[in-house]
Amino acid sequence: MTDVSLSVTHAGPLVTIQDSGRRGLARFGVPRSGPMDRNAFDIANLAIGNSSKATVIEVSAGGLTLDCKSGEASFAVYGGGFNVSVGSQKFSSCRVSRIEAGQKLVIQPGPSGNWTYLAFAGNIVAKQWLGSAATHSMSGFGGGSVHSGSTIEVRGADIRDSREGEIPLLVSERPPGEIDAVLGPQDRFFAEESIDNLKTGSFNLTNAFDRMGVRLSGPALIPSAKLDMPSEPIVRGSIQVAGDGVATVLLSDHQTAGGYPKIATVVSDDIDRLVQLRPQDKLAFNVITAEDALKRIRARHNVRVKYIEAVAKGHGSLPFRLLNENLISGVVGEP
Amino acid sequence: MAQPSFRAVGDHALLVEFGDKVSKETNQAVHRLDRGLAAHPFNGFIESVPAFVNILIDFDPLQTDHKSVEASVIELLTDSSNNETATTVREVLVCYESVENSDLEEVARLTGLSTEAVINAHLAGDYSVYMYGFAPGYAYMASVPEEIRLPRKKSAIRGIAAGSVLIAGPQCLVTTITMPTGWWIIGKSPTLILTGDDDDPFLFDVGDPVNFRRIGLDDYHTIKTGAQ
Repeated sequence: MTDVSLSVTHAGPLVTIQDSGRRGLARFGVPRSGPMDRNAFDIANLAIGNSSKATVIEVSAGGLTLDCKSGEASFAVYGGGFNVSVGSQKFSSCRVSRIEAGQKLVIQPGPSGNWTYLAFAGNIVAKQWLGSAATHSMSGFGGGSVHSGSTIEVRGADIRDSREGEIPLLVSERPPGEIDAVLGPQDRFFAEESIDNLKTGSFNLTNAFDRMGVRLSGPALIPSAKLDMPSEPIVRGSIQVAGDGVATVLLSDHQTAGGYPKIATVVSDDIDRLVQLRPQDKLAFNVITAEDALKRIRARHNVRVKYIEAVAKGHGSLPFRLLNENLISGVVGEP
Repeated sequence: MAQPSFRAVGDHALLVEFGDKVSKETNQAVHRLDRGLAAHPFNGFIESVPAFVNILIDFDPLQTDHKSVEASVIELLTDSSNNETATTVREVLVCYESVENSDLEEVARLTGLSTEAVINAHLAGDYSVYMYGFAPGYAYMASVPEEIRLPRKKSAIRGIAAGSVLIAGPQCLVTTITMPTGWWIIGKSPTLILTGDDDDPFLFDVGDPVNFRRIGLDDYHTIKTGAQ
């Protein structure tokens, strides 16, 4: 075990320290925060042999460059399709590799995705707030943003040979822009035409996209009455519509309450897919009942559990080899 | 209180709504259910988020479903042992002098009162915390007395300091982080709502009554300096 010191020579906007987030504090105005893509975050941590709650760096499409000043450590990069280089080695996320003193680690946007997760074999030193290092972007509380000139320290770092190599991808067989959603809780405030627009319309993500939410463009979703709605709780995935008929999908650092009606809510595990769509990408909502949403997430969860168990056991283990040989499905289908 | 309505929120939450207008009675019904859930959480319960007229119940969709949660809530509501209120009166200090971006004079002009009368009206309000929302520690308090209720401004002012005491309509709020606001800025408070104590990080629980106590500028500075 050793300590690793990495100097940040480039960090794009929205590169932050995250862990699994703070749960149970929405009643005090504190959202869970944590990773934008929770699934990718879990896989990065488990592939390197960490707990699934460990602190990582969430890298945005702005990219990240680290110079390793001292020590050595294995690391995992998982999420989206990013281009990664360390020393003379080049690969795409998703992989476990290693870095040592004198080497540079460069993570840049690649063919797809907005968020990738950098997990080290060891503990990233990060400021905690309310028991979590997750950065709450509105306040800056928690581990905080990673920016040029800062230093990342990893304590108790080690090399985990047996884990190095490619991480098999967990992929969905559905088209990337198809997102499951459940109507409500305020669908009753919208005329039938707007509900039809939500169900059948084609939307695009816009550049108004940060850790709090992403604004969509597409057919108008006009609330049918002038609304004087008392502020009420919001969940990650709420599709909120302002008076101008523009929908915003609220994400990890969403405000915990608001007075705009929510026409629908994205099914929780599909948020991980939605956040990897890029601005201008197309998106269509597959509107299903709450009962069907439960059936779907339970079925997908069962596939994911098998995959995650294999990844967590690491290379060399039988489940991992089966996964690599496609004998355990990494494909999340429909029930 | 009539039976609430139940609305599914995605795959993992249920919104229980006791009305559509803000009133103390409706809000108390929300808080009663909130306490009931805390005392008797059902299998798969994650958290409850009380608001003005409704409460969001977040659950683990792998363990339970909307219908079962609804049944648990109905059971809790019929159990009258959840009716007791256990709240603590909290005090918030407020200084009305030398406030950056103060709207005190504008509030006085719009309400036809003197600034001193606006201050006295503010201090005389019968406040309690209805809900937290928007940002960490943003506790929405009601009720501001009728004579100083004003609709929020047409547009927001940016960069308003943490600790600002704001009013809009029947609501009052003490900010905890720097941010834009369209509410009327009437004072500043050295009382920390984000206490910095990890065991007890927020000054109020929802439902707590709140008294504002006026302090002068010297006291304000003394307390601010002492808190650092």
